[in-house]
Amino acid sequence: MVIEKPKPRPPAKRRAVPDRDRCVACGACEAVCPRGAIKVWKGSYSVVDASRCVGCGLCARECPASVIAIEVIA
Amino acid sequence: MKQHWYNYLWICSVLYFALGFFNILFAWLGLISFFLPLIFAIGKGSKGFCNRYCDRGQLLRMLGNQKGFSRKKDMPDWMKGKAFRYGFLLFFLTMFVSMLLRTWQVSTGAATLRETVTLFWTFQVPWHFASPAGATPWVAQFTFGLYSLMLTSAILGILTMLLYKPRSWCVYCPMGTMTQLICRAKAGDSDAEKKPMP
Ligand code: SF4
Ligand code: SF4
Ligand code: SF4
Repeated sequence: MVIEKPKPRPPAKRRAVPDRDRCVACGACEAVCPRGAIKVWKGSYSVVDASRCVGCGLCARECPASVIAIEVIA
Repeated sequence: MKQHWYNYLWICSVLYFALGFFNILFAWLGLISFFLPLIFAIGKGSKGFCNRYCDRGQLLRMLGNQKGFSRKKDMPDWMKGKAFRYGFLLFFLTMFVSMLLRTWQVSTGAATLRETVTLFWTFQVPWHFASPAGATPWVAQFTFGLYSLMLTSAILGILTMLLYKPRSWCVYCPMGTMTQLICRAKAGDSDAEKKPMP
């Protein structure tokens, strides 16, 4: 009997999605992001550059207002 | 995490409270923490002060993250809500004005200099040992008031750092809330989505 090796599943793509309305623009996320993917935009709220974010979740753990969700995309 | 020079600005916080212990007149330096964030916000429409150069923010990050004193739990919902944030800002501004009023009363002689540091707007802690000899009474009164505000808010910040996330204070910090309001007003209708990241 041949046991087929399971095909490696491509890792789920994740991405940080901050809630603009409840963000306090403190910049704690910006300070910990290893990829420079999240920035406070015009002192108002944080925005994520989807092409750089790898969904590691460091920013979400750091955010004092807990407004960053890590969402699975595709 | 790579350390930047501004990650060491927490030293300013420590120095500030230490100096005020010896001579309360050093507390005037606290005005920097009021004017710098406003200059960033009004001048550049940026929270650059909060995002990098705030000594308080760096102190809480250092204690909570580097030293691991923080439980890193979520803050309660009411504390993160707009009602509390704006309410606390209003309360803080009211207390600031009442401090100015008292300073003015001392300058006109309607009140006498109180050599105490008031914690949580209630508890009078004797602080006469740091009272500057021969300073104009209203000048001293103002510094006692400012030092009280700074110390009270630092204690609140450290308590919420221990209980919740390291920079929990930044959620309800009056300067943080005020500068965000200014920046949002300046950004107006423009939208990050339409103009992608800098
Ligand atoms: S999830 Fe990771 S890579 Fe994405 S913004 Fe947050 S810290 Fe940066
Ligand atoms: S850490 Fe949270 S509250 Fe602070 S700027 Fe980032 S998303 Fe906003
Ligand atoms: S919110 Fe307040 S304590 Fe936090 S970084 Fe801004 S000014 Fe400093």
